[in-house]
Amino acid sequence: MKRIAPWLIAAALALAAPLSQAVTLRVSNQGDVQSMDPHSLNESLQLSFTGNVYESLIERDKSMNLAPALATKWTQQSPTVWRFELRPGVKFHDGTAFTADDVVFTFKRAAGEGSDMKGYTNPIKEVRKVGDLAVEIETTAPYPILPDTLTTLAMMSKKWCEDNKAERPVDRRKGIENTASFKANGTGPFRLKERQPSVRTVLVKNFNWWGKSESNVDEIVFTPIGNDATRVAALLSGETDVMEPVPLQDVERIKSAGINVLQGPELRTIFLGMDQKRDELQFSSVKGKNPFKDVRVRRAFYQAIDEETIKARVMRGAALPTGLMVGSAVRGFQADMNKRPPYDAEGAKKLLADSGYPNGFEVGMNCPNDRYVNDNAICQAVAANLARIGVKVNLMAETKVSYFPKILRRDTSFYLLGWTPSTVDSHDVLSAIIATPNEKGQGQFNLGAYSNAKIDELTLKIQSETDQKKRNDMIREAFKIHQDDVGHIPLHQQALAWAASKKVELTQLPNNYMYFKWITLKSK
Amino acid sequence: MDHVEVQVGDAASLAPAGGNAAPERRDLAPEPVAATPSPGRWARFLDGDFWHSFRSSPTAIVAAIVALLCLVAAVFANVIAPHNPFDLATLELSDSMLPPSWMQGGSAKYLLGTDEQGRDVLSALMFGARISLFVGGASVLLSLVIGVGLGLVSGYVGGRLDALIMRVCDVMLSFPSILIALLFAGVGHALFPNANDLLAFGVVIVAIALPGWVQYARAVRGSTMVERSKEYVQAARVIGVAPLRIMLRHVLPNVMGPVLVLSTIQVAVAILAEATLSFLGVGVSPTSPSLGTFINEGNKQLFSGAWWLVIFPGATLVLIALSINLFGDWLRDALNPRLR
Repeated sequence: MKRIAPWLIAAALALAAPLSQAVTLRVSNQGDVQSMDPHSLNESLQLSFTGNVYESLIERDKSMNLAPALATKWTQQSPTVWRFELRPGVKFHDGTAFTADDVVFTFKRAAGEGSDMKGYTNPIKEVRKVGDLAVEIETTAPYPILPDTLTTLAMMSKKWCEDNKAERPVDRRKGIENTASFKANGTGPFRLKERQPSVRTVLVKNFNWWGKSESNVDEIVFTPIGNDATRVAALLSGETDVMEPVPLQDVERIKSAGINVLQGPELRTIFLGMDQKRDELQFSSVKGKNPFKDVRVRRAFYQAIDEETIKARVMRGAALPTGLMVGSAVRGFQADMNKRPPYDAEGAKKLLADSGYPNGFEVGMNCPNDRYVNDNAICQAVAANLARIGVKVNLMAETKVSYFPKILRRDTSFYLLGWTPSTVDSHDVLSAIIATPNEKGQGQFNLGAYSNAKIDELTLKIQSETDQKKRNDMIREAFKIHQDDVGHIPLHQQALAWAASKKVELTQLPNNYMYFKWITLKSK
Repeated sequence: MDHVEVQVGDAASLAPAGGNAAPERRDLAPEPVAATPSPGRWARFLDGDFWHSFRSSPTAIVAAIVALLCLVAAVFANVIAPHNPFDLATLELSDSMLPPSWMQGGSAKYLLGTDEQGRDVLSALMFGARISLFVGGASVLLSLVIGVGLGLVSGYVGGRLDALIMRVCDVMLSFPSILIALLFAGVGHALFPNANDLLAFGVVIVAIALPGWVQYARAVRGSTMVERSKEYVQAARVIGVAPLRIMLRHVLPNVMGPVLVLSTIQVAVAILAEATLSFLGVGVSPTSPSLGTFINEGNKQLFSGAWWLVIFPGATLVLIALSINLFGDWLRDALNPRLR
């Protein structure tokens, strides 16, 4: 044995040398991507991660401006018709060429049953192939923000989907999975090599990518690590190169270890929603009626929440309290309306008493514990705030894997959610969060089914209005109604916090998307 | 767990020698006939070997006092604790993450500091210990009932039934007990995702009791097999006493010694098992946090320097488990006639 040892070491070194040249980037996140299907869930992490494998017609560049991706050029033929020239020579990972047929197919898939992207396809009337590398998109009404919405719609291969029986999107709500959950065939700079849900997902460089990659990374290993301390430990010990989100309490510790912490304002607004549809709440002590139908109860909840203390204590200052459902970087933000009613427990108590609940009531609350920054702690703080006005909150905090399917089925009375308008436009929030839910995909994330006909009307008008001044006035009006109705209770915009070892150079987008093509790994 | 295995061997081996001490050992067992002990009995206890051994063992005295203190603090938590961490209305978020009172920035209001929601750590520990002790005690009781019952039947009836029960025991022993508990708790949580607190408690208690009964069954079976051939059992059989009655009234009191020792130690094991399950997130619900839940929560704050959220729950857990273990150790020695 002893004699063989040096020889073995030499052999091992010889073998290891060529392997070590492959640059591997290890990324960890607090939660896993729900599936590999880019149409299955309209959630930032899902879209961000699959956005490395799949691409859309138009993308956002490093300063969030629109940039050509699979479409090289787009022109508006008429108020409702747009023409897109597709990029020639693009190949899917399996080698088939990307053509107009794939675009037509993708829109059909994203508009079909099980898709979570209906909100984006809803204004589209028809997608027509007008050549091998050109399509026309016709909208039902003028839709000026169409290019913005297209940035979130990833193109899939018609042939691949049909061959793999993945014509319909994965629907996590109903537990429907298909090949697209575990395999992927996009056009993007990275290919899916290995997928083990909740364990690890491996991407490798696509050498046939049409673009010129800035990145020198050959392989990306994505590992979800739910426990904050474990994730931090992994970063400190060098087990992982990039990590997100950084637990706020550990920012100082990580910085002192010589690791970069990238913090920036995020477009995401964290808010609370209330079931305003059912005649009796599913999870409450109040029987026979729904207290949330009374605007005074909703306002009482709003005033009872001490957001400033939540910001200072739970968020350690890394949040921007908000009175609007959108942050300042989003088109349609109204600076003068961004005011929260002052924290007023006494006033809230009185409002509750006026609405017939002098002793408060009990209500169940759903909360994720691995989705947003300190989400569980925010919910606990809200529960403590509400206890002061006599409302007993039965908090159910759970992992997003069980949380999202549950609240998307609307099995909730009171919940916490965060929303990033992926079009960076107020219309996205109005359409997805505030408008009355309908079959066409409006209000898809309006899980408490808040409803105001005037807002629905305005939302449709905003969608097609091209005059910026008029459009802004309508957004303003809609936000005003929503504020007066207390349709939702906005809390804050959280701050982004990524951490990356000194070797890593990356670009952080305010929508919290992490594109691996913009990450370079220096050799020490 | 290994530690306990050794105990079992010991405990089981007490039984043969314990035959002549039967009348004395019956005193220790819950005796249904004499509900209130007579004064003479109490005096005899104070005068006996048992009490003497206790008085002359400083370890036993300290362990008993510490265990008793923890028990009292836990049981009367709602009276003694300076705050009620479950009364959300009294929480001050602005008092969150305060260090212990003797440190800079600490407040006299919160002796051991506060957590990220402004809960007083000391009070939370008392309430947490209550849940830990309750779950520990209940699961030991459950495994005791199952284990003693099966052990008695197995040892007394013998034959195929004995072989069957013992093989089941062997199978159970070949799994790490925490694995069985994890499996059961995991399945339980999957089956009742919206379980209320009570049901969640039930699942955890059963999950811990399930691998625990084997120890009792084996100890009791050994003792029972020895007792079965004794004259008093033979006599009872001859005059036609029903087997069930013989087992419960005649054999059981005489095999309770080892069981008593075993269960003291098992309480500590069960508390640790519960803490492990809660730490791993499959224990009791987070709304009624046990010590394990606290350690898990505190763990997240470790890097930020909030050591008091981990050290205190951890120390409490060690204190409870250690004192019960030391007491159990002494109890084993005191009840082992070979060591007298």
